[in-house]
Amino acid sequence: MSEFSPKIVAFVCNWCTYAGADLTGTSRMKYSPQVSIIRFPCTGRIDFMLLLKAFANGADGIIVSGCHPNDCHYSSGNFHARRRWIVFRGLLDFLGIDVRRVQFSWVSAAEGAKWAQLVDATAGNIRQLGPFSDYQRLRRGLGVG
Amino acid sequence: METENKLIRRDALEKLFSQWLAEGKRILAPKKCGDKIDFAPVQTLDEVSLDQVQTVQSPKTAVFPRVEELFSFKSMDGRVQIRERDNDALPETVIFGLRPCDAAAFASLAAIFTWDCPDSLFSARLGKMTIVGLACARADEYCFCTAVGGGPGATQGSDVLLTKVSGDEYLAEILTAKGRSVAQAGAGLFKAATAETKESHLAKVEPAFALDKITPALAAWFDDAAFWEEQSRRCLGCGACAYVCPTCACFDIQDEGGVSGKRLRCWDSCGFSLFTLHTSGHNPRPLQSQRWRQRLMHKFAYMPERQQVLGCVGCGRCSRACPVDMNILEHLRAIAEAKP
Amino acid sequence: MDALKNKARELLAAKTVQVVIGYGRGSGGAARAVFVREASKADTLVFDDGCRQNLAVYLMKPEVRKLGKAALVAIPSTLRAVLQLAAENQVGEHDLLALVVTPAGEVVQLATLQAIEAHVASLDPDLSTAEKEELKKYEALSLEQRRQFWQEQFSRCLKCYACRAACPLCYCSRCTVECNQPQWIPVPAHDLGNLEWNVMRAMHLAGRCVNCGDCHRACPVGIPLYLLNQKLISDVFANFNFRSGMAVKTDNAMSTFKPNDSEDFIR
Repeated sequence: MSEFSPKIVAFVCNWCTYAGADLTGTSRMKYSPQVSIIRFPCTGRIDFMLLLKAFANGADGIIVSGCHPNDCHYSSGNFHARRRWIVFRGLLDFLGIDVRRVQFSWVSAAEGAKWAQLVDATAGNIRQLGPFSDYQRLRRGLGVG
Repeated sequence: METENKLIRRDALEKLFSQWLAEGKRILAPKKCGDKIDFAPVQTLDEVSLDQVQTVQSPKTAVFPRVEELFSFKSMDGRVQIRERDNDALPETVIFGLRPCDAAAFASLAAIFTWDCPDSLFSARLGKMTIVGLACARADEYCFCTAVGGGPGATQGSDVLLTKVSGDEYLAEILTAKGRSVAQAGAGLFKAATAETKESHLAKVEPAFALDKITPALAAWFDDAAFWEEQSRRCLGCGACAYVCPTCACFDIQDEGGVSGKRLRCWDSCGFSLFTLHTSGHNPRPLQSQRWRQRLMHKFAYMPERQQVLGCVGCGRCSRACPVDMNILEHLRAIAEAKP
Repeated sequence: MDALKNKARELLAAKTVQVVIGYGRGSGGAARAVFVREASKADTLVFDDGCRQNLAVYLMKPEVRKLGKAALVAIPSTLRAVLQLAAENQVGEHDLLALVVTPAGEVVQLATLQAIEAHVASLDPDLSTAEKEELKKYEALSLEQRRQFWQEQFSRCLKCYACRAACPLCYCSRCTVECNQPQWIPVPAHDLGNLEWNVMRAMHLAGRCVNCGDCHRACPVGIPLYLLNQKLISDVFANFNFRSGMAVKTDNAMSTFKPNDSEDFIR
């Protein structure tokens, strides 16, 4: 039986989490390789639909991470993002989409270790939850005649 | 071909269903979907809903699905491979329990889809379809089939037309070669008909307007912007009317995927504000009044002129589905009676 | 009803407004939108419990705007839609006045946006007890039950956009779904496209929907869209203490923030 290798997409902000992930690397910390990182100027730029697009394109799990509140490079981008996540998460859950598959986080540029822990924990969770086959079934064009 | 009349009881109809399924056919029939009634695949006659005046959506989905794959493509080594649909794999289908207006609508659809070149998917689906219609014992205020050349017991478009003549028995008019195969394959299930007339079992639908007044009136009022504005002011420009309509055939084409993917055809509506938007940014129909006028012109002037068939069968679905009561019958009457 | 007709006649004759947007009798005796431009036609106006359409939707239509200043026969959700449109700078003082028909049949004229705001302050904007109970019922289903429920509901979606067309707050002249560079939301009504469309519309209405129910009433296949909107109305209030359509000047929920917005799911 082949082991399920989860596909995880991470939407991260350039100034904090991306730099933090960089630090993880330069510190030679090892962590789960299943994550594909997509860099944004700010979490405020992350359109909620991007998360669903990631699932539709085969992601089993998602990480969304940026600067801690009050530390946003653009002052308030992450505050706007936080409001959006609160609402979007509630909607996804209501629709029966498992929000345990989406991990939100604040990881600063100094938190190389936290990034590694975050990815490892997420990969572990997703491995337990299994492939997101319910969503992938949608991707296979159900409803097309 | 001369029509043959037979009788079939409800319990025999149930057996006919089993036979169709055993032949590998898909049966589409009106079925309760939530609190609405729509065409859906069924296995037994019990699942079928037969007392409603009309379903929400039309059976055009069987020949013109709301989303349809035209072909798939794959880009490899600098070349694109295209995989066409396998028409043979399309399901043999029986559409059961549709009204005479719906049966007549297939001719309008065919006029468009086989106009200048035959649409292969449409033609294949229509070819694989057997149409078992059900005449109407009831009509409502939205029906106007008799004004547009149809009627509650009209046979045009059906392969077999059933009319309920008693509590558990139907008159079955065998109308076409396909109808004859149905009767022959279910030979033990049909009985000879006595001289049963169906008129007394049909709804009475007085013609709601004079059709021959409509086309000239449309031409006469075409340039009167205020006339169309008054009619269409409450229209919201959604696609409900076009999508539930059994004859509306406008479609959009969307490619989905990237390096590999599919070309899809899906429904579109001339009521949408950007329906006629050009790539240049110019929109020849920027006002809802122009789009409303176009809907009526298309169905009652352009199609009769070009395809010699009306684009409307008087089923009334658009009026029932319209969120703001743009009752097409009311508007047609107004057009027929409008004084210049 | 006579009070309403008289008021309409008066406003039109005095040219205070150029059109009265109200309800008239339509098919089967049901109410439908009417646009009365002449005092002599004011008799077509009616008002009863069947008058439920949110007529504010017509304030955003260029074909209606060009008629001039409107008197809008307004039920509570219509008034809230007007305020939300004002809060989003889509309507101004000179665009309309509102006519509220009281249970006794009298007409209250709300001549300014401030007057509308004062009147709305006396209404209860919360979801009704029945609405809250129904929402709780769905929230109480298991994740898998909810997933199946919504998959089945969305499988019937035709992408006719009647929900969008009926909504006074969906006024974009070019909706996201009508942009194709890139085609962000799929056009075809397949399962994925239907999910993405309905999710996107619900989110774009977060903190804006006034719970008029027109989306659900417009849907030809009867999808319970109001559940999505009510869920977000409830969450936006619980998390941000915000209700749409209550004030002319407001910090709209999704375009503002509080530094102490709290959450428990961010690691």
